[in-house]
Amino acid sequence: MDTNAFTTVTTADPLMSVRGLSKFYGTRIGCDAVSFDLFPGEVLGIVGESGSGKSTLLSCLAGHLAPDTGEVIFATAAGPRDTVKMAEAERRRLARTDWAFVHQNPRDGLRMGISAGGNVGERLMAVGARHYGDIRAQAIDWLGRVEISADRIDDRPSGFSGGMQQRLQIARNLVTGPRLVFMDEPTGGLDVSVQARLLDLLRGLVREMGLSAIIVTHDLAVVRLLADRLMVMKGGYVVEHGLTDQVLDDPQHAYTQLLVSSVLQV
Amino acid sequence: MIQISNLSKSFTLHNQGAAVIPVMEGAALSVEPGECVGLIGASGSGKSTLMRMIWGNYLAASGSIMVGGLDVARAAPRDIIALRRRTLGYVSQFLRVVPRVPTVDVVAEPLLNLGVPVAEARARAEALLAQLNIPERLWSLSPTTFSGGEQQRVNIARGFVHPYPALLLDEPTASLDATNREVVLTLIEAAKTRGAAIIGIFHDEGARARLCDRLVDVTSYTPGPTQ
Amino acid sequence: MTEQAYNFAYLDEQTKTMIRRAILKGVAIPGYQVPFASREMPMPYGWGTGGVQVTAACLVPEDTLKVIDQGADDTTNAVSIRRFFQRTAGVAVTEATTEATVIQTRHRIPETALAEGQILVYQVPIPEPLRFLEPRETETRKMHELEDYGLMHVKLYEDIARHGQIATSYDYPVKVEGRYVMDPSPIPKFDNPKLAGNAAIQLFGAGREQRIYALPPYTEAISLDFDDYPFVASKADHACDLCGAAASYLDEVITDDQGSRMFVCSDTDFCGSRRAAGHVGRLGTPLAGGK
Repeated sequence: MDTNAFTTVTTADPLMSVRGLSKFYGTRIGCDAVSFDLFPGEVLGIVGESGSGKSTLLSCLAGHLAPDTGEVIFATAAGPRDTVKMAEAERRRLARTDWAFVHQNPRDGLRMGISAGGNVGERLMAVGARHYGDIRAQAIDWLGRVEISADRIDDRPSGFSGGMQQRLQIARNLVTGPRLVFMDEPTGGLDVSVQARLLDLLRGLVREMGLSAIIVTHDLAVVRLLADRLMVMKGGYVVEHGLTDQVLDDPQHAYTQLLVSSVLQV
Repeated sequence: MIQISNLSKSFTLHNQGAAVIPVMEGAALSVEPGECVGLIGASGSGKSTLMRMIWGNYLAASGSIMVGGLDVARAAPRDIIALRRRTLGYVSQFLRVVPRVPTVDVVAEPLLNLGVPVAEARARAEALLAQLNIPERLWSLSPTTFSGGEQQRVNIARGFVHPYPALLLDEPTASLDATNREVVLTLIEAAKTRGAAIIGIFHDEGARARLCDRLVDVTSYTPGPTQ
Repeated sequence: MTEQAYNFAYLDEQTKTMIRRAILKGVAIPGYQVPFASREMPMPYGWGTGGVQVTAACLVPEDTLKVIDQGADDTTNAVSIRRFFQRTAGVAVTEATTEATVIQTRHRIPETALAEGQILVYQVPIPEPLRFLEPRETETRKMHELEDYGLMHVKLYEDIARHGQIATSYDYPVKVEGRYVMDPSPIPKFDNPKLAGNAAIQLFGAGREQRIYALPPYTEAISLDFDDYPFVASKADHACDLCGAAASYLDEVITDDQGSRMFVCSDTDFCGSRRAAGHVGRLGTPLAGGK
């Protein structure tokens, strides 16, 4: 048998290339010298304890925070571009088309005074959708995909449970078919049973839409189930980086070993 | 299909005085398509460690692990993921799934990851579950609540739902009754017949005798101190 | 207190220069809200201090001023502002739309088409169309800067979802020359079409919020809508009961305790001119003062 038939070395260009990214708060390190490539369809988990720099890193990647040095090169439709050097207008356009951001607290990512349908429709309208019937049909479709009943479309999210709010936030973010989703503790603050449902939903959406995702969490069980690759951060530095189950089951760095051994069985 | 040469591995326990525990040295193994190789050796001799290294779950210290043309010992994570998706199947002793996901979807997932349409993937999953005697009323439930034997069969179904050219089997018949053991052995024989290269750990001597073309004693790769 | 105690049109010349600069910038960038240093005026905020400052900065002694409030020349607000400028600027005043060179208005655009050379000054309570959707001023400014206007349609979407149609009936947002989304002040949406392509200069002054913006003559101003829920410039489905006008904006007036009502033009000059010309409505009497 010709073994070359099974050669699986992938050759696609990265969706996002991060090079030497650093952010300092005065003399304190936010994150330092972070470099990695994210490829289309890949889910990257970033773990570490509070203050490890994982949230700072995510904010820099998503353009919410300006890094002090480094590049965040994203494969835009018009070719690779350094989003750090982009004009704010262009970065925002990216943020509502190719990117999505799921906040830990749905209140940060939803408009609580606007109906579920309006929340889902906002990104569509922001990119120029001007047909009410179409916007509403897409909102209903997406509510269904995140398992929210269509008859809740005109209700405000303030009356939704935490899990429903989080699913609504996901629908609101994915409705425009982004290519890269940033998630900050997406299952934090949810009951364990609700977490499971959300994880399954996210896995399905990542698979169906070919999404790439960068997920920041301190929950190793979440990254084991969602992430292809894992970066472990400590004190602003990436201390270990590899295949998720390999990093969790055969950690090389002292800190990762401590982290893994400190958690109940994952 | 699988060629392992000069493979070594040690664990460094940073939080226990940086103790270095060598667990494997100079391992070499080659499996052709259609061949089944059984790993033997006493408990702790490194059978599972070797399997996990081939799977990419444990990092190799040196040497190479060629699977379908990819050196797992050196490959980028995404290449290992692609390998696991298309080429290399693994039936472990433990079932690790997202809670609350129906059994049929757990089994169909490897096909969905390959882009097989949902209906077709479910149909193939259901056929396999039926073959493995998982009662139909359980298909829509999560396997996390199943008995050990049922969970093992779900795991086997996941490993056989896609015709992987290479398979790693870690005690696939361990907790099965005679009927289901026979079903699983038949599945493995069929995989051999279609040309799969298989590495297995079988404590079940009958299964070993029936399936394995060769046996490799892992003890010979175990470094001195731990023997 | 005598008229001589004031500079012409109340404000000192430096202030007027500052306001004129803001106006010129507004005219140069149609729909863009220009900040200006709003002065204390001898009237409360909400009474048109923004409009009064813009009017003061525009007036010259030869001007003829008209002031309307909800279309009427004879309501308290209109009368006091008119009197204010009579005393502080000594300019001629009129109630006739066609004779005025400067018209200060609250909540209406006159029915009679304006001509080149006329200036229409709006009193604006809240200049920011995005305010009720996004309370942070830093964020709304950014949204204008980046033309990030998806939220504006969310408001209209919510209207349709809740009421089956766009229920916003005044303060209806427009997009100016394909760039800035602008709040036209609380004019009825019936007046929105008159914003666009108008021959007059339209200036908007918000005193409390310290913003001035403008539509130069013949500027495009498109009312936001959806393809399947297009903008409609609606009005009460009646004709004026005094002058019989079928296409003017109407006020509904309750006439007794039994709920009887009549509809009359909100533009008093327009209505009066029609009646002077012999038009008679359902309840009107020729040339008489009404019931």
